[in-house]
Amino acid sequence: MTTTIIKPKKTWSLGDFREIWNYRELLYFFTWRDLKVRYKQTFIGVLWAILQPFITMIVFTVFFGKLAQMPSDGVPYPIFVYVGLLFWQFFSSALSETSNILISNQAIITKVYFPRLILPLSSVLTKFVDFTIASLILVGMMFYYGYMPHIIGLLILPLLLLITFMVAVGGGLCLASVNVKYRDVRYALPFFIQILLFLTPVIYPASIAGKYSWALALNPMTGVIQTARAALLGTTPTNWLLLGISFAACFMILIIGVVYFKKVERYFADIL
Amino acid sequence: MGPIIKVKNVGKKYSIRHFQGGYVALRDVIMTIIKSPLCFLKKKVKNITGIGTKEEFWALRGVSFEVKAGEIIGVIGKNGAGKSTILKILTGITPPTTGEIVMHGKVASLLEVGTGFHPELTGRENIFLNGAILGMKKSEIAKNFDSIVEFAETEKFLDTPVKFYSSGMYVRLAFSVAAHMEPDILLVDEVLAVGDAEFQKKCLGKMEEVTKKRGRTILFVSHNMTAIEKICNRCILIEKGQIKRDSTDVRDVIKDYLCGTESTIKDYSWSNPNNGRFENEWWKPLHIYLTDKNGKPYDTSIRNDQVAELVIKGDMKNCDPALTIGYAIYTEDGMLLYWSFQTDTDENSWPKIERGFFTLKTEIPQRLLNEGIYRIELIGGLQNRSWLFAPGGHNPTINISIKGGISDSPYWTGKRSGIIAPVLPWRGYNSTN
Repeated sequence: MTTTIIKPKKTWSLGDFREIWNYRELLYFFTWRDLKVRYKQTFIGVLWAILQPFITMIVFTVFFGKLAQMPSDGVPYPIFVYVGLLFWQFFSSALSETSNILISNQAIITKVYFPRLILPLSSVLTKFVDFTIASLILVGMMFYYGYMPHIIGLLILPLLLLITFMVAVGGGLCLASVNVKYRDVRYALPFFIQILLFLTPVIYPASIAGKYSWALALNPMTGVIQTARAALLGTTPTNWLLLGISFAACFMILIIGVVYFKKVERYFADIL
Repeated sequence: MGPIIKVKNVGKKYSIRHFQGGYVALRDVIMTIIKSPLCFLKKKVKNITGIGTKEEFWALRGVSFEVKAGEIIGVIGKNGAGKSTILKILTGITPPTTGEIVMHGKVASLLEVGTGFHPELTGRENIFLNGAILGMKKSEIAKNFDSIVEFAETEKFLDTPVKFYSSGMYVRLAFSVAAHMEPDILLVDEVLAVGDAEFQKKCLGKMEEVTKKRGRTILFVSHNMTAIEKICNRCILIEKGQIKRDSTDVRDVIKDYLCGTESTIKDYSWSNPNNGRFENEWWKPLHIYLTDKNGKPYDTSIRNDQVAELVIKGDMKNCDPALTIGYAIYTEDGMLLYWSFQTDTDENSWPKIERGFFTLKTEIPQRLLNEGIYRIELIGGLQNRSWLFAPGGHNPTINISIKGGISDSPYWTGKRSGIIAPVLPWRGYNSTN
C-alpha cells in the first residue's frame, strides 16, 4: 500500500522522478489532447505544421538568400535555411508554449494534483510531433537537391534533438515559473524570442561571426543548428568543441530550470 | 489497523495579497527597485526577518484528526471557514504551512466535476482525458468505459464534441467518470451542487454504494446537509480554520452548525427589541411564541403528537383590509415547508383586528412535522401591494423543535424519512380478485 506524507517543505528526491514516471499516461494524454485540439481547431489541421516552416523558408530564401545574398556555406540557401528553421521553430515554439502552460492550465492545476512538470514536458512533446511532421519536407528537399546524410550524421541527430529538448524544457520551466508570478512576462517573450532568432545562426552561418563564433556557441541552439547542417548537408566538418559547449550550456539551463521550477511548483495553486 | 489518514496540527497561512486579486507585474517590481532601491531592500529585509508581516491570514490553524478506514466523514462549515483548504492540502494541490499528514492508500480527489474537460473533444475522448487527469490508468478507464457511459446516459452523443452538450449531460458525464475512480481514499468537494435533483440522487446512491460495498474512505465537503446526514457516519464542523466539533453524531453536529453558536434553540419566543427595526406604518409585532393547547408557553421541544399554538401579539396602528399576517416555516437546512396567513380561509371567517393591541393565534397541527428543528418566520404585507415582512428577510423568527411522539406504532419511534411525518389511517380488506 502506498503511503503519502505531506509536509510543509518537501525535500526532493528520486521519488519525484519516479512519480513522473507513474504519471506517464497523463503526460501522454496531455500531449494527445493538445495535438488533437489544435488539429481540430485549425481548418487546415496537420498541414499547418508543414506550412509554417515551409512558407517561412520561402520568405527567407527570397529576402535573405536571393536579395541579401546571405552566405550559406556553399549549399543551396533554401535547404540551408530550412535545417536551421526546423530546429529553431521546434525550440522557439516549445519555449513560448511552455512559458504559458501553467496559466493556460490553471483550472486543472488548482483542482487536481499531479506532478506539475508533466505540463511543460507535454508541451515540448507536442512541438516535437510538429517537428517530426515538418521534417518530412526536409527529406523531400534533400532528395531534390541530392544530399545524402552520412551515417555518423544520422546518429548524431538524436543527440541534437535531445539538446534542443533540454534547452526548451529548461528555459521553458524558468519562464513558466516566472510567468505565474509576474504575468507581464508573456508580453515580453515574443519580442525576446524574435531577438534570439537573430542571435542564432538560422538565416546565416555561424562562420559569419569569424573568430567570435565561440560566443554564439553559448547559445546552445547555435551548436545544434551548426551540427545539424554539418551532419545532414556536410557544410563543415562537425565542430565537436562547439557541440560540447552547447551541450554544457543546455545542461546548465536545464538544471537551473528544474531546480527553480521545483522550488516554486508547490505554490502555483496558491498564486494562480 | 491504524488510521488511514492522520492529520497532525496542520495550518495554512496565506498572505492577504493573494486575496486582493490581481497579480504582480515584473515591470512594477523592477520600477520599484529602480525608483527606490532602499525602500525595496527594507521591505525585503522585513519580509525575511518576519517583522511587519501583518498581511497574513491563517485559513487553517492547528487542525488535527484521524480517519479510520471505511469512515465517511462530512466536513461542514461556513464559506471561508477552511473546508476546501483542508481538501486542497490533503490532495497535495497546495502545501500546508505547518503540520504533517500521513495517508495510507491510493488517494483520489474530486474537487470539481469535469476538471480538464475540453469543449472541442468528444465525449469519448473526454472520458479518457478526464480519467487520466483524475489519476486513473488507461486500462482502468477502458475497463469501466461502458459502465461510465451507461451511468451518464449519454450513449448517443459519445462522438459529439462536449461543447454541444447540454449542461446536464456535461455534468452527468463528468460525474460518471469520477464515480468510477477506484481509490482507497476519496476526497470530494461541493460537487453535488450541480445537476438536477434526479441525478444528484443517483450520485449520492453511487457514493453510498462505493463506500458501503467496497469499504472506501470518503471525506466529503458539502453545504447539502441532507446529503451529509444521509451518507456520512462522522461529521467535522470547521469554524474560522479550526475544528469546532468532531463527532459521530452527525445530526447533532449539523444542528450545531445550523443553529450557530448562540444556539437559537433557546429562542422559542421572540419579543420586539424596540429598536425601530420592525416598525412600519401599519403594525408592529411585539411578541411571538408557542404555547400548548392550554395556553402555557413552551420552552422545550414539542412532541409530534401535541398541538402547538403559535401566538403573534402586536400593536395595530392603521387597519387595512389588505393586511396579511402569517408565517413561513422552514426545515433545518432552509427548505420552505409552507406559508400560512390569517387570510387563508373564507373571507367571513378572517379574524377581525382593530386598532390597538391584538393577539393572533393559529394552530400548528399535530402529527405533521417530523423530528427536528424548524424555523418559523413572521411574514406578511399588504395583499397585492407590498411586503411588510418579506419572506427570507430579516424578520422576527422563532424556532420550534419537535421531538418524540412520532407515532403510536411500535415500528416507528424515531425520526421518520422525509420532511414531514403525518400519521395517516389505512383501510384494508381481502379482495376476491
